[in-house]
Amino acid sequence: MAEIAKTSRRAFLRGSAAVAAGAVAGKAAAQTAPDPVITELQDWASFTGAGVDETPYGMPIRFEADVVRRNVEWLTASPISSINFTPIHALDGTITPQGCAFERHHSGAIELSKSDYRLMINGLVDRPLVFTYADLERFPRENHVYFCECAANTGMEWAGAQLNGAQFTHGMIHNMEYTGIPLRTLLNEAGLDAAGDLSDKWVYVEGADASSNGRSIPMDKALDDVLVAFKANGEALRMEHGYPVRLVVPGWEGNMWVKWLRRVEVTDMAVESREETSKYTDLYADGTARKWTWVMDAKSVITSPSPQMPITHGTGPLVVSGLAWSGHGRITRVDVSTDGGANWQTARLGKQGDSKALTRFYFDMDWDGSPMLLQSRAMDETGYIQPTKHQLREVRGENAVYHNNCIQTWYVNEEGIAENVEVS
Amino acid sequence: MSKSLNLFLPALGGAALLLGAGYGIASRDYGRSTIDTLAVRVEQTEASVAAAVAQAQAAEATAIAAAAERDTLQQALAEAGSRGGDLTAPAPASTASYGLGRDAHPDEMAAWDVDVLPDGRGLPPGSGDVWTGEELFVQQCAACHGDFAEGVDNWPVLAGGMDTLADEDPVKTVGSYWPYLSTAWDYIHRSMPFGAAGTLTADETYAIVAYILYSNYLVEDDFVLSHETFADVDMYNADGFVIDDRPELEYTQWRGEPCMTDCKSAVEITMRSSVLGVTPDTDTEATLQDDASADTTMVSASASGDDAGLDGGNVDPELVAAGERAFRQCASCHEVGPGASNRVGPMLNGIIGSTIGTIDGFRYSGTFQNAASAGEVWNADNLGAFLADPDGTMEGTRMAFRGVRDEAEITALIAYLETFGGE
Repeated sequence: MAEIAKTSRRAFLRGSAAVAAGAVAGKAAAQTAPDPVITELQDWASFTGAGVDETPYGMPIRFEADVVRRNVEWLTASPISSINFTPIHALDGTITPQGCAFERHHSGAIELSKSDYRLMINGLVDRPLVFTYADLERFPRENHVYFCECAANTGMEWAGAQLNGAQFTHGMIHNMEYTGIPLRTLLNEAGLDAAGDLSDKWVYVEGADASSNGRSIPMDKALDDVLVAFKANGEALRMEHGYPVRLVVPGWEGNMWVKWLRRVEVTDMAVESREETSKYTDLYADGTARKWTWVMDAKSVITSPSPQMPITHGTGPLVVSGLAWSGHGRITRVDVSTDGGANWQTARLGKQGDSKALTRFYFDMDWDGSPMLLQSRAMDETGYIQPTKHQLREVRGENAVYHNNCIQTWYVNEEGIAENVEVS
Repeated sequence: MSKSLNLFLPALGGAALLLGAGYGIASRDYGRSTIDTLAVRVEQTEASVAAAVAQAQAAEATAIAAAAERDTLQQALAEAGSRGGDLTAPAPASTASYGLGRDAHPDEMAAWDVDVLPDGRGLPPGSGDVWTGEELFVQQCAACHGDFAEGVDNWPVLAGGMDTLADEDPVKTVGSYWPYLSTAWDYIHRSMPFGAAGTLTADETYAIVAYILYSNYLVEDDFVLSHETFADVDMYNADGFVIDDRPELEYTQWRGEPCMTDCKSAVEITMRSSVLGVTPDTDTEATLQDDASADTTMVSASASGDDAGLDGGNVDPELVAAGERAFRQCASCHEVGPGASNRVGPMLNGIIGSTIGTIDGFRYSGTFQNAASAGEVWNADNLGAFLADPDGTMEGTRMAFRGVRDEAEITALIAYLETFGGE
């Protein structure tokens, strides 16, 4: 209860300030007294500002200091093997800046220089090869925008509404423009004749860090759209995202996007590593479990308003905004409900999203100040419709942990304060 | 190697180069075996030359194919460009070789290719018994996983949990959940212990895995796990998994035209996250205040920086920062700073100037207990020596760490540790 009380007080203070400034629904308000920010000479309009080179690599202005990754400490035993969350509630558009894109490490983020980087391709190949970073830069490369979602995103919400903020319920995701080499190019360089029939072959990929985080990927996927990436959003990958080279496995769970990629082995069976058996498998209610659940199904969430983004401007024009994505392809449609799923209206897409990338949607409405139960529902090009939590539980129970792509509900009260809830 | 040479063949076109390549391959491929007679060597060299010629021709052919593909793409782009068409194109999907990279050395593959497949392929020869495993487990694993593999704090439980997978709170352990024994061997050998991955020998790994199996009642106490007995172990949950069946169970029903109006009669809130109060406080408005308070923050930050030199000495912030970076290799076992507690290793607040082996509540090895009774005190010198060569300085220490090779890094580490209450 302490948490909601604090949130209410903060939001209330913000809200009342907005009201005092004269927000009246529907019309631009008349101004009774002049605004001193306009009528008085301000320091920034008189003194000079920062010169060039003061920050050779710039950070966001300090007023944005709350737009940062956050951790939920009780989730894991140690921050070295843990996860934090992208502040999706405070971002707009679709591209996630690297500096606030969520991190997930199994043995901590390592410093691996380009000069110490080696990539080995071995196993059932004609010529086992080793590449340096400089070698990789000589292969033809491509640019693609893809989302990377941890399989555990929204995993804390299976049994009920738990974490109060879009950052925490849906922030294990980021969306970047990658520059990289198709994995098939490197596999072809090593030669796949030795593998024979490729239809039952796999690649096993592993990282250079202490966890090595090995995963098996079916050859079909490896030869399709998997990238060996070394740039994100135009610049080098960050240390925490696998500098200098990571794997990009479009549409598939983030755990397979091996960071600090050091080895790709062609095998004749799945390795069944720790990360694909004991973890990242989905336990049913009857005690059996699903494995090889790689694709991240269509999902969406309203990022604002949300618990960390209360409505502070009172009634009138309100932009409801959110993100939708699907590991099966493009998002074709997003519907928004303000009454907990009884009635739906189709939202406007910011622009046609790329396949397996985030799509931004907007629902522009006139808020009359009455409470809302906000939901969004995504559909993708395969015709799949994002399910409700009830539908998911009916098939999977409550112990699956991973791959929870349910419809999220935010309760917004008369004051504009939002809360993570479940509805009937 | 031969490939990169062969790419230049058309330009250089020399038989001498070919012979050179042949010789290089011969000496690499056969260098380790004993070649007794010149005749054999000549024969092998000739065979290698023939192989190199064949490889050269094949590589030349793929290089020509790659060039042709590039030309085709360029031509298509030129035509599209002149029509004002779309110039985006994927990278050439060539099956031809670019002649980049080099051959992987067998020793390199042996060093990195250590994964173990479910059928046991990849297991090195070796063995270990349950009781050796218990001893190793207590030393190497128990700080996180508990003496009986029952788990400490939030660290994984490794034993028990059979018949809980259908419960409200399932306990997923090596025993109750893991379908393959290879997974445990592979993971422990490669990624454990946390903070000293890759340091367990094959025999140690066999022993630890044997102990984990024993703590799950999957083997008897006289069991010896080896590459030969590996296949005898039956995992409890071997048949507990199905391959992704979402396409049949879910994709078929969650599709079509969704309901848009009057989809539910009454909507009620059934659960609220606020009643749990488990969300981290994200109130950071203090950082959003006006200029004045931001300036204050900066002033106090620099003031506390000065205060860090409590002993009157000058702390070099760059050295401390370097030490903090270097401490990453220690941090999975040792904690420092506010709230630090003993983990796999003791917490290190105030370590410099303290009597060796006396951090409260930590279970030390014999060598540390001896140093403690002798009243020996940690200083920059003996700590530096210990960090450079743990087992050489304190023989029998349980600190499974190879040591810090770089002297500057040791100096930085000590400077960093001194900031946590060292005298």
